Amino acid sequence: MLDKTGIAKRIAKEIKDGYYVNLGIGIPTLVANYIPDGVDVILQSENGLLGMGPFPFEGEEDPDTINAGKQTITKLAGSAVFDSALSFGMIRAKKVNLTILGAMEVSEKGDIANWKIPGKMVKGMGGAMDLVASAENIIVAMQHVNKAGESKLLPNCTLPLTGINCVKKIVTELAVLDVLPEGGFRLLERAPGVTVEEIKAATAGKLIIEGEIPEMVI
Amino acid sequence: MNKVVSGADEAIRDIEDGMTLMVGGFGMCGLPEKSILALVKKGVKNLTCISNNAGVDDFGIGLLLHQHQVKKMISSYVGENAVFERQLLSGELEVELIPQGTLATRCMAAGYGMPAIFTPAGIGTEVAIGKEVRNFNGKDYLMEMAFDADFAIVKAWKGDRLGNLVYRSTARNFNPVMAMAGRITIAEVEELVEPGELDPDNIHTPGIYVHRIFQGEDYEKRIEQRTVRKREEI
Repeated sequence: MLDKTGIAKRIAKEIKDGYYVNLGIGIPTLVANYIPDGVDVILQSENGLLGMGPFPFEGEEDPDTINAGKQTITKLAGSAVFDSALSFGMIRAKKVNLTILGAMEVSEKGDIANWKIPGKMVKGMGGAMDLVASAENIIVAMQHVNKAGESKLLPNCTLPLTGINCVKKIVTELAVLDVLPEGGFRLLERAPGVTVEEIKAATAGKLIIEGEIPEMVI
Repeated sequence: MNKVVSGADEAIRDIEDGMTLMVGGFGMCGLPEKSILALVKKGVKNLTCISNNAGVDDFGIGLLLHQHQVKKMISSYVGENAVFERQLLSGELEVELIPQGTLATRCMAAGYGMPAIFTPAGIGTEVAIGKEVRNFNGKDYLMEMAFDADFAIVKAWKGDRLGNLVYRSTARNFNPVMAMAGRITIAEVEELVEPGELDPDNIHTPGIYVHRIFQGEDYEKRIEQRTVRKREEI
């Protein structure tokens, strides 16, 4: 079973040289720490920055330079700043190659719910609806089951949707799965020490298992 | 031509109860903090605020919420604000949550003189309820209307008395698109310069969009999430 760092490390392997990548808040943010050497990527922050760098050194924080999570960050050499409309323009126009975000639920059709729980204070969707509606390559980083032990990989989402037919791949503490265009979660890899039976038990949606399922290499 | 006003009080003098305001900034970053303080002082009520966020309890639009001056917020993300939550749950405050890109692009459309835009954001979700859906090349898009705001209030780094504006780093965010979208646009700047001092090739907002400009003093520029790394982590 993977911890959050393990999920981030496994997702980092999906990032290809030359990609422009948008990372959501939470586990996706950690992915930036594990991008393999020799893989050159540019991080997009939807508040209006390409070329996001690491957190500043203590004492060098710039209140004018933040990421979409409102954290102080730095700009790398070659970065570009732009306004919010242009930022979502490049997202809508599919210029961003990979979007990695968290989710509360994903359906076997690739629908995603990650912004609202009825009866709880709603904070808003931020840029998530724009990202999932346009991105061609969406990887979800999340736990396989919720705190109540219920599967988050479902036949249909029960929570209000963020977007439909959009998630392509899911990485959880148990497994890596594809979402097939015709519907269903195809099991690709098991986390170290996790059995196919355990993944079956934790997946409520249609799970497709073809042949031997290899253990992840991280 | 001189668009310079003496300060925030004069700039917002004719903002009245019930008006719709765009307020620039992303969280605390690039926030027109002086104009907001003047609105708090003036005490105008029943405002509709179009702004990506709703401030924190004691800064930004949170200050207007504290004084019960806001009737409706149109935002993409409103976390981090207890006053907001209380007023929303009590029914005093109305909130319309819309996708961030839709928010920005509805501002842009107003500034470009276009009545509406089509975006895939929100298709298949509750955001789409009651909206026209059009299919282009096999994909569904929602029709979203350009905003119509009485005033846009933005913050820039530098500006000249003709209203030309330059923003700094990610404090740009919503400011340029809102500056283009107000019937009357108020710009507050950290540094007011003479025409000719800003490079024409590097103007972010052409002055034609800006009606009033003033230099604010002593910007607080609050940081919402101070994240740093230690030097030994290099």
